[in-house]
Amino acid sequence: MTELTKFTIAEIRAKLAAKEFTALELTEGYLAAIQTANERLNAYITVTADKAREMAKASDIRLAQGGARPLEGVPLGIKDLFATEGVHTQACSHILDGFKPRYESTVTANLWADGAVMLGKLNMDEFAMGSSNETSYYGPVVNPWRAEGGNKDLVPGGSSGGSAAAVAAWLCAGATATDTGGSIRQPAAFTATVGIKPTYGRCSRWGTVAFASSLDQAGPIARDVRDAAILLKSMASVDPKDTTSVDIPVPDYEKAIGQSVKGLKIGIPKEYRVDGMPSEIEALWQKGIDWMRDAGAEIVDISLPHTKYALPAYYIVAPAEASSNLARYDGVRYGLRVPGRDITEMYENTRAAGFGREVKRRIMIGTYVLSAGYYDAYYLRAQKVRTLIKRDFEQAFDAGVDAILTPATPSAAFGIADQDMSADPVKMYLNDIFTVTVNMAGLPGIAVPAGLDANGLPLGLQLIGRAFDEETLFRTAHVIEQAAGKFEPKRWW
Amino acid sequence: MSVDIDTVKRVARLARIAVDEDDANRMTGELNAILGFVEQLNEVDVTGIEPMTSVIPMTMKMRQDEVTDGSKAEDIVANAPETGEHFFLVPKVVE
Repeated sequence: MTELTKFTIAEIRAKLAAKEFTALELTEGYLAAIQTANERLNAYITVTADKAREMAKASDIRLAQGGARPLEGVPLGIKDLFATEGVHTQACSHILDGFKPRYESTVTANLWADGAVMLGKLNMDEFAMGSSNETSYYGPVVNPWRAEGGNKDLVPGGSSGGSAAAVAAWLCAGATATDTGGSIRQPAAFTATVGIKPTYGRCSRWGTVAFASSLDQAGPIARDVRDAAILLKSMASVDPKDTTSVDIPVPDYEKAIGQSVKGLKIGIPKEYRVDGMPSEIEALWQKGIDWMRDAGAEIVDISLPHTKYALPAYYIVAPAEASSNLARYDGVRYGLRVPGRDITEMYENTRAAGFGREVKRRIMIGTYVLSAGYYDAYYLRAQKVRTLIKRDFEQAFDAGVDAILTPATPSAAFGIADQDMSADPVKMYLNDIFTVTVNMAGLPGIAVPAGLDANGLPLGLQLIGRAFDEETLFRTAHVIEQAAGKFEPKRWW
Repeated sequence: MSVDIDTVKRVARLARIAVDEDDANRMTGELNAILGFVEQLNEVDVTGIEPMTSVIPMTMKMRQDEVTDGSKAEDIVANAPETGEHFFLVPKVVE
């Protein structure tokens, strides 16, 4: 039965249609796999077994009647950031204790309307703030990948650590995730999965717990490039409930896969060659360049001069927006309430007990940079720098570049409770150095597995595209996937 | 720019987060590390640059001003810690 969990979504689609197994059998296979693995990996924080069986049975009826929808019977895991009606939705925070929304997020509603099956809610960094999944109220997720010959637990990256680990460990066929500074692409790179952050405005943010509203975007984490394309097609939509959702029809992304990249111009930004970058990352990047050239693409050197300012600007903009968004957690309307002598003390006690350290730190930074007298020096300046970062990309694309190739992360997965990272928050933030520029400019970016380091741990490459040109990303990422091959962890759990 | 412990306590008050002396001490160090890191933005010449307001250029969507939702009092208070007759209950704010 467990072998059923090894199929890609494209394979599931074909095999369900050919009646090789039923949707219920497939879902039972996944529920059994979760039961065995989750205690060790901690990828799921809630398993919705009854709901999954019910949805799978409904899919079997559809399949029997010949009315299969695009994701009919495909079992998915959902990041805890997405509101799911009547089901645990806490952004992995204690402050949303007991919250069960009375509504469904647009992204998940789209998936269910296309026939997908919900297996449960996935672990994540609290309010999506983190790069290691260690800030979750529910404890860290363990990466299914281990160093060759080692037995140390590694982080799966974050904030979508549960999504990436569950996909890599065959605990769901695909997962929803979100990306504010790299939260889809960095965990994808750490687990040899494919993750795409689409253009800002492509997926509706309605019903997704807000972190930094001008940066947050939903996207899938999947086993391969084709599955990512299939999932994004269903997740993306034009939604009147989100005013930043863009009125452009959703293309059939799968059609882009297999198209030649001959004649495409691939930009290589020199600013991504950062000090202290491991030689393995450098070598992997060069391999990627060679693969693209061998496939007929033209390689051009480009400059994105404001790259190094993206991360510091992000650590003003994102906390500022977070401090506003998280003001709603006041112990009055939902979630945790800790009593106090008066209403102000009730607010303060509730928020002190409900938020974890990293979240408090960011609320504090955000409150400080928005406070009287500092707004111009910090927030306004950061937003101006953001204009410059976006302009860098625009100039590259205006010069004819079709996509930009970079490493996805500055290192492979690191250990849980890493001493350096826990001692200095800025060290942890540097994980997002290659991914955060994309959020600042609102562009789409995809992380695709490209190789293993000397310890046998996965490394990924990133492709960045023009706004709403996800198709070129699927097309180019597929070339890398074909050349690099696929990577699977050894099952130890 | 760096912050001292009194500023940290003031900001915590603004953010409505209770902090004790240990928290405030720890946060002072952490906040200064982050503020030190973002300091490098001062190197950038931003003269004449417009601050970004929207990553994707778009005009604000408008819709007819009509009721499209409502009558959900039950749903709205369903997750509240304390309610009474479809009201949120809070500690007394007016004597």
